[in-house]
Amino acid sequence: MGVSTQSTNNKSGSSPVHFKSRPVTALFVILVGIVGLILGLIASISVGAADIKFMTVWEAVFQFDKNLTQHQIIRELRLPRALASAIVGASYAVAGAIMQGMTRNPLADSGLLGINAGAGFVLALCFAFNPGITVLGLMLYCFLGAGIGAGIVFGIGSLSRTGLTPIRLALSGAAVSALLLALSEGIAIHYRIGRDLAFWYAGGVAGIRWSQIWIMLPWVFGAILVSIIISRSITILSLGDDVAVNLGQRTTFIKVIGSIAVLILAGSSVSVAGSIGFIGLIIPHMARYLVGVDYRWIIPSSAVLGGLFVVLADMGARMINAPTETPIGVLIALIGVPFFLYIARKRGDN
Amino acid sequence: MVESARNLWQKSRGFTVIISLVLLIVLVLLISMNTGFIRLTPLEVIRTFFGGGTDKQHLILFDFRLPRIVISILIGMGLAVSGCILQGITRNGLSDPGILGINAGAGLAVLTYIMYFPTTISAPVFFLPMLAFVGASGTASLIYMLSFKKNEGASPIRLILNGIGIAAAISAATVAITLRLSPEKFQFVERWNAGAIWGTNWKFVLALLPWILILIPYSFYKSRTLDVLNLGEQLAAGLGAKVEGERLRLLAVAVALAGACVAVSGGISFVGLIAPHLARRLVGSKHQILLPTSALAGGLLVIISDTIGRVAFQPSEIPTGLVIAVIGAPYFLYLLARSKEK
Repeated sequence: MGVSTQSTNNKSGSSPVHFKSRPVTALFVILVGIVGLILGLIASISVGAADIKFMTVWEAVFQFDKNLTQHQIIRELRLPRALASAIVGASYAVAGAIMQGMTRNPLADSGLLGINAGAGFVLALCFAFNPGITVLGLMLYCFLGAGIGAGIVFGIGSLSRTGLTPIRLALSGAAVSALLLALSEGIAIHYRIGRDLAFWYAGGVAGIRWSQIWIMLPWVFGAILVSIIISRSITILSLGDDVAVNLGQRTTFIKVIGSIAVLILAGSSVSVAGSIGFIGLIIPHMARYLVGVDYRWIIPSSAVLGGLFVVLADMGARMINAPTETPIGVLIALIGVPFFLYIARKRGDN
Repeated sequence: MVESARNLWQKSRGFTVIISLVLLIVLVLLISMNTGFIRLTPLEVIRTFFGGGTDKQHLILFDFRLPRIVISILIGMGLAVSGCILQGITRNGLSDPGILGINAGAGLAVLTYIMYFPTTISAPVFFLPMLAFVGASGTASLIYMLSFKKNEGASPIRLILNGIGIAAAISAATVAITLRLSPEKFQFVERWNAGAIWGTNWKFVLALLPWILILIPYSFYKSRTLDVLNLGEQLAAGLGAKVEGERLRLLAVAVALAGACVAVSGGISFVGLIAPHLARRLVGSKHQILLPTSALAGGLLVIISDTIGRVAFQPSEIPTGLVIAVIGAPYFLYLLARSKEK
């Protein structure tokens, strides 16, 4: 009991105001988020090099006419792009939320912890040695790469006697990313695939095809569903391993399931949209701020808010410097870094 | 009595270490001159070196290989001393100009310049180190200001976390610029980012040399101050050091060294981390002997990596920075796993 009160105190010490969970607010956030997401999707479809009226968007979706160019643009270019933004955003955000909960590390994010770099390294290998690989194959390899990156980072972090502190994880993530990026760059230079890879580093949802979405969707959907199912246990894990064990949680089992979900979410997003960092950092913090500390609410709100965030960011990326597109990964990093600095300043002290 | 005996032992040991490092550098230098696309036998190298040899051998040796080797050594020395100073003033063994984002800042400045400059070859060489210095010092002061809190100064943990964050922002900006470049500039920048030592003629040696020749001896001169700072802020202040002032001055030296080196070398990380660590293992932590040893270790590390990069995947060259990252990152992770600090 002594241990549990201590950990609870720590938790409330780091976020004194938002300790309680707020189901009503959470429901409200999710509903508003979904409405926002739908509006965002429609807006995202209408905005672009050729401006399209709202009614045309509606017709293209529900009364598709093959002979109209605008309908073609919407069906083949804009719609998959907008949907992919939403899916990728939701995946990265939920992956970040699970990691933050399981490791109790406020700086957890798939980009910062070497997971994206791991997937990217495998991506470079695929581009170099097996350029004709199928979408599904690429994605499965990315799961593997994400696992390698995460494995090294967490392995190193936990090898040391003082355990997985946030600063150690951050450093280990930075070093592993540096190593994996160096290897990828080496491959890129040797096999002359630098430009392909550079677009991957920058992250982007342009040119996404329906086939990619259909292959990605079941994995992402399944992983988010699983993470919602285990969300109660993640909440308990977020109070500390000791508490979780005392409350009869099978911590290892939950951690394994959670990690697999993270790898699937991050890996499939990387394989489709490239490495986009900081979504998994920003969105769960926002969600926690809004709905409290219960992961049963944090995870679904993160999914909705993450989707909305990336849909808007993609729209921004198209509009800021039109007609040139700003890479979405860059845009999000420019929002994410100040946020990272803020969190590091707030939490890095204790 | 015991103290002085220990001192004496350390000094003689330091002396041995330094001599061995110099010998090793000479050895690798000879090997490195031999290796490359066109092979020269050791005898040919020596003969050419002393004035003999054919014109072609002369050209290869003096105009291609030697400047590159000299530059590798200078870069290694500069980055190592920079890292050693940073580790001293932050009192954190994991500091390195690459990890703290200083190299990235220098890189961004150079990259911005390249973007607006018509061709890469005609860029005025002497101007680049200065430009890189501006970028590096801008980044360093930003990180320092963000990490500074009243009454506490800049805590090492905050310095590192902010460094990681700023480095991420800079690399995002770098990607954004890179994607807009024309193909041939893109290729140059790609290699530059990977730490391909690109300034491989004597002009670049001359551009880099003044920075190294002034700043490294100056840091040797300040070695006692570094020792005192290493004792911790309060003790240092008690011993009469003007802590914040000295720290800033030394930080400026470290940043200037890193910036100048990065301008010529491109993105090379981990040298400033590994070399001082190796040196500390060999000669202990007195900066008087630690700084020169780190410098030599750094020079050795870069020249070895450069040679490996040229040989490993012939005929294509692996940028030196990549070789160093592949050696350096595991070593960094090893240090991280062993460290007891938070």
